[in-house]
Amino acid sequence: MKKTKKENKLNFDSKWTYDPAPESVDHIRLKDSYGLFINGEFSEPASGKYFPTINPATEKKIADVADANEKDVNRAVSSARNAYDKYWKKMPAKERGKYIYRIARIMQERARELAVIESLDGGKPIRESRDIDVPLAAAHFFYYAGWADKIDYAIPGAKSHSLGVAGQIIPWNFPLLMAAWKIAPALAAGNTVVLKPAETTPLTALKLAEIINDAGLPPGVVNIITGAGSTGAALVNHPDIDKIAFTGSTEVGKIIQKSIAGSNKKYTLELGGKAANIIFEDAAIDQAVEGIVNGIFFNQGHVCCAGSRLFVQESVAKKVIRKLKDRMETLIIGDPLDKNTDIGAINSKMQLDKIKQYIKIGINEGGECFQTSCAIPSKGYWHRPTLFTNVSQSSRIVQEEIFGPVLSVQTFRTVEEVIEKANNIPYGLSGGVWTDKGSKIFKMTTALKAGVVWANTYNKFDPTSPFGGYKESGVGREGGLHGLMPYLHVEN
Amino acid sequence: MDSTEKNKTLVELGTNGKTNGQTMKSDRLDVMKTYKIYIDGKFPRTESGRYYPLNDSDGKIIANICLSSRKDFREAVVAARKAQSGWASKSAYNRGQILYRIAEMLEGRREQFIHELKEQGSTSAQAEKEINLSIDRMLYYAGWCDKFQQVFSAVNPVESSHFNFSVPESMGVISILSAENTGLLGLITAIAPAIAGGNTLVILASTSKPLSAVTLGEVLNSSDVPGGVVNILTGQRSELLSHFSTHMDVNAVVYFGANGDEIIKLKESASLNVKRVSIYKDDEMYEDKTQNPYRIMDLQEIKTTWHPIGQ
Amino acid sequence: MRTDYTYAESQAIDQVGVEERISRFGKRSIKKESKMSALMLAMSMLDLTTLEAKDTPGKVMQLCTKAMYPHSAIPGIPSVAAVCVYPNLVRVAKEALKNSKVKVAAVATAFPSGMSSRKVKIEETKWAVGEGADEIDMVISRGHFLAGEYNFVFDEIAAVKAACGNAHLKVILETGELSTLDNVRKASDIAMHAGADFIKTSTGKIQPAATLPVTLVMLEAIRDYYYTTGKKIGMKPAGGIATSKLAIQYLVVLRETLGEDWLTPDLFRFGASALANDILMQVLKQQTGVYQSIDYFSKD
Repeated sequence: MKKTKKENKLNFDSKWTYDPAPESVDHIRLKDSYGLFINGEFSEPASGKYFPTINPATEKKIADVADANEKDVNRAVSSARNAYDKYWKKMPAKERGKYIYRIARIMQERARELAVIESLDGGKPIRESRDIDVPLAAAHFFYYAGWADKIDYAIPGAKSHSLGVAGQIIPWNFPLLMAAWKIAPALAAGNTVVLKPAETTPLTALKLAEIINDAGLPPGVVNIITGAGSTGAALVNHPDIDKIAFTGSTEVGKIIQKSIAGSNKKYTLELGGKAANIIFEDAAIDQAVEGIVNGIFFNQGHVCCAGSRLFVQESVAKKVIRKLKDRMETLIIGDPLDKNTDIGAINSKMQLDKIKQYIKIGINEGGECFQTSCAIPSKGYWHRPTLFTNVSQSSRIVQEEIFGPVLSVQTFRTVEEVIEKANNIPYGLSGGVWTDKGSKIFKMTTALKAGVVWANTYNKFDPTSPFGGYKESGVGREGGLHGLMPYLHVEN
Repeated sequence: MDSTEKNKTLVELGTNGKTNGQTMKSDRLDVMKTYKIYIDGKFPRTESGRYYPLNDSDGKIIANICLSSRKDFREAVVAARKAQSGWASKSAYNRGQILYRIAEMLEGRREQFIHELKEQGSTSAQAEKEINLSIDRMLYYAGWCDKFQQVFSAVNPVESSHFNFSVPESMGVISILSAENTGLLGLITAIAPAIAGGNTLVILASTSKPLSAVTLGEVLNSSDVPGGVVNILTGQRSELLSHFSTHMDVNAVVYFGANGDEIIKLKESASLNVKRVSIYKDDEMYEDKTQNPYRIMDLQEIKTTWHPIGQ
Repeated sequence: MRTDYTYAESQAIDQVGVEERISRFGKRSIKKESKMSALMLAMSMLDLTTLEAKDTPGKVMQLCTKAMYPHSAIPGIPSVAAVCVYPNLVRVAKEALKNSKVKVAAVATAFPSGMSSRKVKIEETKWAVGEGADEIDMVISRGHFLAGEYNFVFDEIAAVKAACGNAHLKVILETGELSTLDNVRKASDIAMHAGADFIKTSTGKIQPAATLPVTLVMLEAIRDYYYTTGKKIGMKPAGGIATSKLAIQYLVVLRETLGEDWLTPDLFRFGASALANDILMQVLKQQTGVYQSIDYFSKD
């Protein structure tokens, strides 16, 4: 039988479409405005200023949140210090653990509410906030709660003690989950916390503040203050902070590292990435295609460990790209609250503009741009899944973190070649390898300069699994046994 | 200009025409040791041609020491980078044997080290103590080479159907500013945990006690340590500190000492490429707590690997 | 008949990845109109099946009536795609269905084990076609397959296909005996290259019968075959699909793997018996808003 020359195209035009299946918002209780959560209660910001947080899918305001200035930061830090000295440091570790368990449990009880708010405020599909963000966040508290009275086993052969007050700054891509990643190990290790959520996604952190109060934590053990970059800077530079934990861009991470040079603050930085996702010819191609999709389109590509650089072995490149395009055509963009939505709203107008800018750059550099044909809503911030072929190692869209649903595709011939290209970047957060051959997996996972390597899978997270980068992707690990260390002073 | 001539010129320049500081004890003229730097398994002089004189307590010259330049550092980093993957991929057992061999060679050169330490102002007892602990410390880390991975690794019981494990891996190329106050022990304390963990490094020796550094280079060169794994420079900390902390192909910088201004400057410039920074005190060299596997772990990255469990 | 296909070409399959994909499909929420169309579609794709040794002409005739007129009270309900019986009851079914578009499918080739000679299998196929079967559901020789005798399996399918004449050939892989998804994929490829018009998961006599992961792997094999040859092969999951909810999940997997073109009884069938009534109950529930009881639906 002769192979047909003509490309046999699958048809995903919808004769049979899925009707809207929106998650109910009736049970969601949100206030019109939120103050700063300091010393166990919500209070007015010193300046009296508030800023709106909007729903990126509708561009409508959801609530006003307080804008914390230096005075507020001072108040939050001294509340945390006071709580550290007065309660948390003295409390038996097992009691500390019980409080953290309580947080986990209440989060589980209020899981649906948290998921809906997360999707409203941040634009992520409800399926992801419901099935990933919120359960994982609760699991994080549950996991670290158990560590509280077992710290000695985590630090073999040495004594350790808590640091004091941790200042924590988190991004907008996984608002509640990142709050959990930060707060849970800090509390378990015996520290108190001042946390600043991102200005575009503060609501679930503020809900978490309610939960923390419901759990009965002593006032001031966790303080949550809202604001933009200047609030974060005030927190970073506060002299009574013992530890900074930051998740965000490499650019800001460097500024933080520099600005605390004159102090003895410990720090963990979880920064940007530009991960290579590598498909070998002997891979389980259909599952690899899923892994590519999950790697770059999960959470609209707003993922620091996104597999944004696809490397496909030349012998299967055509096949993989064709399957990938067909698969992309089935992705549904739209209302984040619809259970069938695969790709939600871009988090902010600013981010959408940045992504669009990179699309222009990619096209100007000679990249071949493919976008899916799915319908997108008229209001709100949206971006179609996008794939660039005909790019090279030097292309800006290959080198720079876009933080959106944009994938660049390069081909390779040999293992050595792809290792070299994969590592040829200042980032080193994560990587993916797809092959059916065991020995090749270990050669690749060993060779990749990255903190997390997914072999025959991608974008998997678990409270027990350490996460963090090599090189300019950050310092330190969060999650798992290794995630405790950054919150402890080891006496040696 | 052949090397003898060059040396002579340097001596003349460095001492303003004073004669060599060695005392003549017999009719026989000693063969003087030339102190050079150690880069890529070779012993070049500094490319800059500069040196500084090292004097004994009487002000007599002991030796002319290379005043390494930023270019020497650059070359050393290139050598360290080139050697890194090979060193890291040696078996842990093999690295342990090589560190053990270093200890053996230190033992063999004990008298020379003692002599040099004394020349730099140590009493006999102090020198004895320093060489003994240096040897023992190297041995201590030799033993860790194939063990720290086990102590600090984890198999993580993730919820999904995946096998997930985390292991330490070498950070890469490390630049180290060695303790100023000890000649030999400071170097060993800095070098041993770095190379035990598969890193390669460039270290700046104590400015005032540089003699052991050069001799240590000779020891390393004859103990199966591949060229480029350890690169030793001598010179001025103030001149090289910014390069040690800014170089974009260096993954971590280690500082021994307590000079606040230096530390701030170093940390600030480390942020250029998110270099890892370790600051250690230099006045605890003889304390037990100074040697521990956490010093190895300070120069390790944790890598977590996921793989499905299925068929 | 052998093509340029080689057995080693079959795509590797990662089981965990397949299961993850299936769990994601399972989260599709099909409501309102889209649910109604799915239910109607599923009904039209049914191969209403009875494959028991105690089957009689009476039983088969009742089944055929159900196949043509699933439920009198529901407007717009389609007839099913086919009735599937043993060869000796083909004539009865053919007669009962003569005024309808419902096809008659016959299992053949020493169903369900396939443990007989090729000669017997070919004769049985020819006989069933002669009795009036529109479609032949054959089984592959799993023993030979697992022993690595792929040529044997290939040639047998090709020979049965030749014996089918104009009848459509569905090839049952009996995936419950193939152990791995890699084997499912390989067997699918062999069947399609040997001439199958449909590939089918199971006889219904072995557990597990049809599963979503197995179906996905087979659909992906069909997709790859289509990519390279342009030929559209049909798919039939059979056994264990008893609820409309599950049937709709199969349709979601189908739609998002092969697209709209496969959403037709010409290219997709459900091999099931209890499913029909569950679909009817769901349709009526959708239309009336009232949850239903099985007592109001005929058990044929």
